Parts: sequence; structure tokens; C-alpha cells
Amino acid sequence: MWRIIHQLGSPKGFYTLSARLQPWVWAAAALLMLIGGLWGLLYAPADYQQGDSFRIIYVHVPAAFLAQSIFVGLAVAAVVFLVWKIKVADMAASVMAPFGAGMTFVALFSGAVWGVPTWGTWWVWDARLTSMLILLFLYIGIIALRGAYAHRDSGSRAASVLAIVGVINIPIIKYSVEWWNTLHQPATFSITERPAMPAEMWLPLLLMVVGFYCFCIALTLMRTRNEILRRESSKRWVRDLVRGQ
Amino acid sequence: MHPKRKQKLFIIMGLLSLAAIAVGLTLYALRSNVNLFFSPMQIADGEAPMERQIRAGGMVKEDSVSRNSENLDVVFTVTDYVDDLEVRYSGILPDLFREGQGVVVVGEMREGGYFQASEVMAKHDENYMPKEVADALEESGYSPEDYGVKVKGAD
Repeated sequence: MWRIIHQLGSPKGFYTLSARLQPWVWAAAALLMLIGGLWGLLYAPADYQQGDSFRIIYVHVPAAFLAQSIFVGLAVAAVVFLVWKIKVADMAASVMAPFGAGMTFVALFSGAVWGVPTWGTWWVWDARLTSMLILLFLYIGIIALRGAYAHRDSGSRAASVLAIVGVINIPIIKYSVEWWNTLHQPATFSITERPAMPAEMWLPLLLMVVGFYCFCIALTLMRTRNEILRRESSKRWVRDLVRGQ
Repeated sequence: MHPKRKQKLFIIMGLLSLAAIAVGLTLYALRSNVNLFFSPMQIADGEAPMERQIRAGGMVKEDSVSRNSENLDVVFTVTDYVDDLEVRYSGILPDLFREGQGVVVVGEMREGGYFQASEVMAKHDENYMPKEVADALEESGYSPEDYGVKVKGAD
């Protein structure tokens, strides 16, 4: 276990280990999202009140899950980078942030599209929607802060601090629907409770959620490998690798 | 652990807890503003301002919706099962608006104790089910709203 963690901590070790892992994660992501997507959009039964518009859940919920999980991932990577000075953690954080921002936007956008037929409005300043918008701004802030310094290390450190402080927003998003009156309904789907829908509706949703996570992991592995090659381009092993091909 | 790393970890944890306390206190101070709507009970207690735009929310009371046959005027009662609030509205209602369903209405309290709404939004719960299941539940004497209670009670 510790050996694997140590290997992941060094750029070269991460590069070789992720090469073995990558094809499997990509395959899992493609398979799960294909099955989950087709099942959810074509075969799952329509909701008794919302009809077919409820199918937006199969994109909205996985995107919202990822938007929050990636932010927690950024904060963890930031602590690892600041305390243990593991460069790979910072490289992973730098490639995860834009994807997280994209997922946050997808969650907000699909929510707005869903809100028009069901709620009668596409936006309302309730606690859940507002805290999710703040999450998008935090992501944009992290991306901007990273690019704002001439010296890359300063940018990494500033972005790390913002990621750590911004993680306070995550429990606020999660519990906003319980702490305050909101238009957004409480969670349908959580790890600890049975979903408030029958199996033929939540099984495709589960596939989509797991598929989205696999997609995120696969993309992060791939882009971190590129980032490693870019940042370590003066290192011996990278030169040997390039020359060998 | 290396003492320098330990110190750094402590600084980060301290920073995080200070920020959490600051955000927590701010949200606690703003708690009434963060709530999206007033409940009928709060309005009955006089917590909501008169003649100013506010939002109210609750369930549409069964058998309380009466439509004007000549125009789009509609009158219904919003309840939190403690107090009732009479709402008057003129316009198109969202698809999910129905009796027994949650709503949030935007508008203001008027003299005479009724709520003049300028916008009606439907609030839906976290329970989803196919139409056949909902029909079957209805037949066996459960309302679809009981389903979520049943599921949660089963844990």
C-alpha cells in the first residue's frame, strides 16, 4: 500500500503506473455511461408528475456529484502539495480544476433547463442554487489565480490556499436544503440512505454516477501525464522516453 | 512526521477552522435572509413585512383552489398544517401546480390578510416513481406522498 502511494508521489512512478491503469478506467467510463445513458433516457419509466422532463436527473445529479467531489479532491491535493511538497498532487489539481468548473456549469445549466417546466422558473436565489454558483466562482478563481503569477510555484501555492479555504462551501451546498427553506428539493440520492425512487429509476442513475466518476479519473490520469511531461521536460527520464520513441 | 511539515499542517488546519467559524457566524447572522420563503405560521405571527415583496411557501390545501371561469384569476390556500394563508394570483400556473403539492409564491401581503402573488413556482419533493406505481399506490389506499415516508421508515 505505502509502496504504491510512494510510487504515485514521484512523477516517473505516476507516469508508469497510470499508463497501466488508464485503458481500464476509460473502458469502464465508456461502458457505464453508454448503458446508463441509454437506459435512463430510453427505457426508464417516466415520472408520475413530471413526465419525461425528470430524465434530466441522469445528467444533473452525476454532474453535481462530480462538481463537489472534484473540489474536495482539489483541497486534498492542495494539502498534500503544501505539507509534503508532492509535485504530482499539484499537477493533478491543475488539470482537475477546469473539469470541475465545467461540471459545475453543467449542473447549473441542466438545473435551469429542468426548472423551467417543473418549478416555473429557471433561476431563484435560494441557498442551494446560490451556493452552487459560488462554487463555480471559486473554481474560476482557482484557475485564474494559478495563471496570475509569473513564477509557477507562487501560483500553485495561492491556488492551493484558495482551494483549502473554499472547501468550506461544500458542506454548505450539501446541507443547504436541510438548513434553510429552499425551492430545491432534498437529495434523492445519497450514499447513506435508500434512494427515494424505485430500482428501475435509480439503477441507471447509479451507473451514470459511477460512469461520470470513471470518466473524471480517466481524464485526470491522461491530462496529469501530459502535465508531467510538460513540467519535467528537462529531466533525464523524459528525454530518454522521447528519444526512445 | 517531520516537525516542519507538522507545523505547516497545523497552520493549514488553523486557517481552515478560522475560516469555517467566520463563514458559520456570518450565515448564522443572516439565517433569516438565507431562507427563501416565509411559512404561513411566520406570516401569521407577524414576522413578514406588509406591502413589501416577499416569498411565502407551503402546501396547496386540498379542495382550496377556485378558478374564475371568465379570466385567469385563481384563489387558493397555502398551508403548513399550522396556519393557512389565502393567496390570490392572476396568470398561468406551472405544470406541477396542484392541490397537495408544495409551492413558493412571490408577492406581498395586503390589507385584509391575503397574499397577492405576482409569481407562482411549484416545489417538488425528492420522490420519483413511474405512473403505474403511483396508480397502484393510490388504489391500495396510499397517496404517492406516503411512499417516501414508507421508504425512509424502512431504514
